[in-house]
Amino acid sequence: MNYPVVVEVNLRPGIADPEGATIERALPALGFTGVSAVRAGKSFRLLIDAPDEAAALEHARALADRLLSNPVIEVATVRVSPS
Amino acid sequence: MTRVAIVVFPGSNCEHDAALAMREFGVESSFVFHTATDLDGADAVILPGGFAHGDYLRPGALARFSPVMEPVARLAAEGGAVLGICNGFQVLTEAGLLPGALQKNRGLTFVSEPTTVVVASTRSVLTRGAAPGQELVIPINHFSGAYTCDDDVYHQLVENDQIVLRYRDNPNGSRDDVAGISNVAGNVVGLMPHPERALSALLGSADGRVLLEGFVDALVRA
Repeated sequence: MNYPVVVEVNLRPGIADPEGATIERALPALGFTGVSAVRAGKSFRLLIDAPDEAAALEHARALADRLLSNPVIEVATVRVSPS
Repeated sequence: MTRVAIVVFPGSNCEHDAALAMREFGVESSFVFHTATDLDGADAVILPGGFAHGDYLRPGALARFSPVMEPVARLAAEGGAVLGICNGFQVLTEAGLLPGALQKNRGLTFVSEPTTVVVASTRSVLTRGAAPGQELVIPINHFSGAYTCDDDVYHQLVENDQIVLRYRDNPNGSRDDVAGISNVAGNVVGLMPHPERALSALLGSADGRVLLEGFVDALVRA
């Protein structure tokens, strides 16, 4: 069965995020105040053919750590998405 | 016999500059495509600048899985000289041949300018001909050049004298002004500046010569 999986890749806490910082600085200029701690990341949507959900997630975990993220600076999370 | 293999990924764009530099110092080089499974008998390899595989995902993330990276890793393990310039440095970190990672520049600025780097270690195959503390003007041209690593890796770099070059005026937010590093043995070097573009005073700077001449010397004597 095909499981729809979402992989989210974000910078590790403590790693500088110039993209998030730039977005955060731009917000007040557009009138959006009160926003802080902006962090930018990436998300990937995949269909994974696996016997069950746990196997699909394990597969996603492996490919997220090996290719989709650089564990030196990033952390990947995986989840089965309902949509 | 070929002495230096210059790896060409789809999107590499500094391979001819690297080849010209090798010719300038009397060393034969040949281009090796990223699908190659050997290095054509080369004693050393250069991973040139550019945008390997379009830099999709992250710079170097896809290049790391190119077939050619296996013989590159073998050569590195055997003590052969491996030099990654700019995108090549990014590929070496993604491949785990050098520690740390190269992050987007501070302020999200693309930097393209001559920059002054200071020789921090002369142990590496790239800096063996230079003097400690020597200042060199070398062009930089990158978006993801901020060297990043955790504290453990940083302390190892310092302890093992692996920081090869530092920026005098940090242009990109690199940790401790790092412009280039080596592995522990000093035979694998990655740097963001382009020494192959600094071979002639007429064209701006000849300061890359001392680096690449040292690199070539290391091969000839090897």
